[in-house]
Amino acid sequence: MNKKEYLKLVKKFTPKEKKLKNAFNAFLMGGTLGFIADGLKCLIVKWAHIPIKEATTWVLIIYIFLASLFTGLGFFDKLVMKFKCGLIVPITGFAHSITSSALDYKNDGLITGLGGYLFRLAGCILLYGIIAAFFLAILKVIIYV
Amino acid sequence: MTLVYSFLFCGFICLIGQIILDNTNFTPGHITTIFVVLGSVLGVCSFYDKIVKVVGAGANIPIMSFGNLLLNGSYSGYLEDGLLGLFSGILVPVSAGIVSAIVFAFIMTLFFKAQD
Repeated sequence: MNKKEYLKLVKKFTPKEKKLKNAFNAFLMGGTLGFIADGLKCLIVKWAHIPIKEATTWVLIIYIFLASLFTGLGFFDKLVMKFKCGLIVPITGFAHSITSSALDYKNDGLITGLGGYLFRLAGCILLYGIIAAFFLAILKVIIYV
Repeated sequence: MTLVYSFLFCGFICLIGQIILDNTNFTPGHITTIFVVLGSVLGVCSFYDKIVKVVGAGANIPIMSFGNLLLNGSYSGYLEDGLLGLFSGILVPVSAGIVSAIVFAFIMTLFFKAQD
């Protein structure tokens, strides 16, 4: 059996995920999160009389709190399995990754477990975000200043 | 009207992520990293700020906004404090998000156990 035939066999036996349904689910969930965020922002601006920028930050904090709470309660993992990128790409995915690695490694001790592994999944976001932003900021300074 | 734009924009970003996830062998970590770097790239010409102005809070929710905020922090830090601001200002706009994520994660570990 050569490599091509083997790859064909592998392709035959890997379970076919319903791509269309996954994409639709992700679109619906992501859209709903965006819709609620904008509605919440308008409500906060209207009722608490604070500027739009601060209201947006409050919305983010509320989202992070809810994602952490639901991860702790245990049913957020099932939601992520169903909606996938609809919950991973928004800020809820960031909070979910931090909280779930905190919960997973809690038993290994406070320093070596919780402290060491807290950013196991979210570290790549921080690392590459900061590296990219730093060098692009230098580029922006060169262009505009 | 921004409600509809928020729904469409945030949904569209998640749709792109899901299509990438399904058709390549990238993990969710790859996808979020790609989106953060993409957000920074869109921030160079202040393009992402224009999107936020049109779309509303729906554009602040995707992780792309994180990259854009990092870039904005570093750039406005340079405008205020000079060269030192490039280093010291980069985390200022996102510190609310990072700190709240760490604090809530720590609080959750006090009350809950990992579910198998």
